[in-house]
Amino acid sequence: MSRTWIDFAYLVAAICLILGIKRLSHPRTARSGNLIGALGMAIAVGFTFAIDGLEHYGLIVAGIALGTVVGVVSARMVQMTAMPQMVALFNGVGGGAAALIAASEFHRLAPDPGRLPGEELVGILFSAVVGSVSFWGSLVAFGKLQEVLPGRPIVFPAQNAINAALGVALVAGIGLTAGTEGGIWLALLMVGALILGFLFVLPIGGADMPVVISLLNAFTGLAAASTGFVLDNTALIIGGTLVGASGTLLTLLMGRAMGRPLRQTLFGAFGAAPEGAGPVAAIDGDGTVRTASADDIAFMLAYARRVVFVPGYGLAVAQAQHDVRNLGDLLEDKGVDVRYAIHPVAGRMPGHMNVLLAEANVPYDELFEMEEINPEFPQTDVVVVVGANDVVNPAARNQPGNPIYGMPILDVDRAQNVVVIKRSLSPGFAGVDNPLFYDPKTVMLFDDAKAALEKLVASLKAV
Amino acid sequence: MNAQLVAELTVFALAVFLGIELISKVPTMLHTPLMSGTNAIHGIVLIGAMLVVGTSDSTLEQVLGFVAIVFGTINIVGGFLVTDRMLEMFKQRQPDRDDPGE
Repeated sequence: MSRTWIDFAYLVAAICLILGIKRLSHPRTARSGNLIGALGMAIAVGFTFAIDGLEHYGLIVAGIALGTVVGVVSARMVQMTAMPQMVALFNGVGGGAAALIAASEFHRLAPDPGRLPGEELVGILFSAVVGSVSFWGSLVAFGKLQEVLPGRPIVFPAQNAINAALGVALVAGIGLTAGTEGGIWLALLMVGALILGFLFVLPIGGADMPVVISLLNAFTGLAAASTGFVLDNTALIIGGTLVGASGTLLTLLMGRAMGRPLRQTLFGAFGAAPEGAGPVAAIDGDGTVRTASADDIAFMLAYARRVVFVPGYGLAVAQAQHDVRNLGDLLEDKGVDVRYAIHPVAGRMPGHMNVLLAEANVPYDELFEMEEINPEFPQTDVVVVVGANDVVNPAARNQPGNPIYGMPILDVDRAQNVVVIKRSLSPGFAGVDNPLFYDPKTVMLFDDAKAALEKLVASLKAV
Repeated sequence: MNAQLVAELTVFALAVFLGIELISKVPTMLHTPLMSGTNAIHGIVLIGAMLVVGTSDSTLEQVLGFVAIVFGTINIVGGFLVTDRMLEMFKQRQPDRDDPGE
């Protein structure tokens, strides 16, 4: 097929991608938007097969078949709760693909200096470096979320200075390599990018990981756009740039939803700082923690007028979304007004908890956003916090200087009684102590979220 | 600097502004699916990988390109499917809220 028609098909594909992203950003049209995006992708890939002079179809089809099997299996098998690390992996392989394409193009063009104009070379090196950073950074993010690597921030002295120096060295390396056109330089650059990918993500705590994945997502988009410049392919330029630009904005929006400026996320080593911040001194009450049995709590719940559940990360990890719904249904049968309070960043990513509770068929009208539910807490008899910590930490409201100060929280400490289901007193991702646990009106139930909710259901049936 | 590069830079610049404009009003609830959906879209590097494999006769380039094809396909297929699974969860409660007539 002539190049003109291929480019026309790419234009149609690009329009599909644009419509897809647009529809993805509205709740009602989101699912169709995803399908339209997939359609655009199919058009772009399908017409690429028709390009004149393309050979080795067998190899191409084999690669696509293999990738499809891996993609389908992993996307189908993954638990809803493990979604964030899956997204990180999918993002990483995209970045890896961009880097590999760059390496291959370098190998093809470099031996013949006359064939390699400067802007082409810059494009190759840019996608090699940015794609590699994205690949390795995504792997670290995956490792942290999957708990293969410690989720805590890993800090080392002068890390920002070292990362900055490495970044400058990489940019200088791009310039040097562009001058010499030697393969060894490209290899060195990619090793440097590997190290930067690791060092860049390692110091960032698990709670900030969604923001980092989103940023790496934008990086991969730019790397893809850059390969588009190298291969003179408009579909690649448009698709990659759309993701690069929208991904950058999305990263900023996510940071804002979590009450954390991007600069602090990336360079603040969240959770490493609070030593000596003196949170203990500010704790109300006598500093002791009250515990209660499942039977006591079931009794308290059965005779409440209004109960608000605050599901958090611990619930997501324990896969307890169905159990919390069982408990909620039982309470409703007893005439209790049951609500679910969703913090914008509950779970592992913004919107993650909405997905999990929707999966468990929790009715939509029982889900309340933070702004809606906060004024209701003083009229709430019992709040049940299931595996959440930082998002209900009153220190964010009343302890200036605390690392999480200023983050919007659910004001559960204003309710009449608070039940906290948690495995231990250990701090959350932020690494900050939580005065809520020491509040005289709080009782703790130390257990895995799923086990605790099952016990509560059993006890409640006996009340 | 040649005409083609300028044309490509024009497309790039317009796509930057379009990308920002497209998602400027996204609700928090959709942050995760949107990230996942755009994640699938940069899998379009697959096209580049196909061009590399399809136009090269060097074994090294073909090996690199083949791995890139596998990676790019995983990115696309996995990305769109995972996003669809997330959004499927939102669908069932739509009738209560938006389309009371249905």
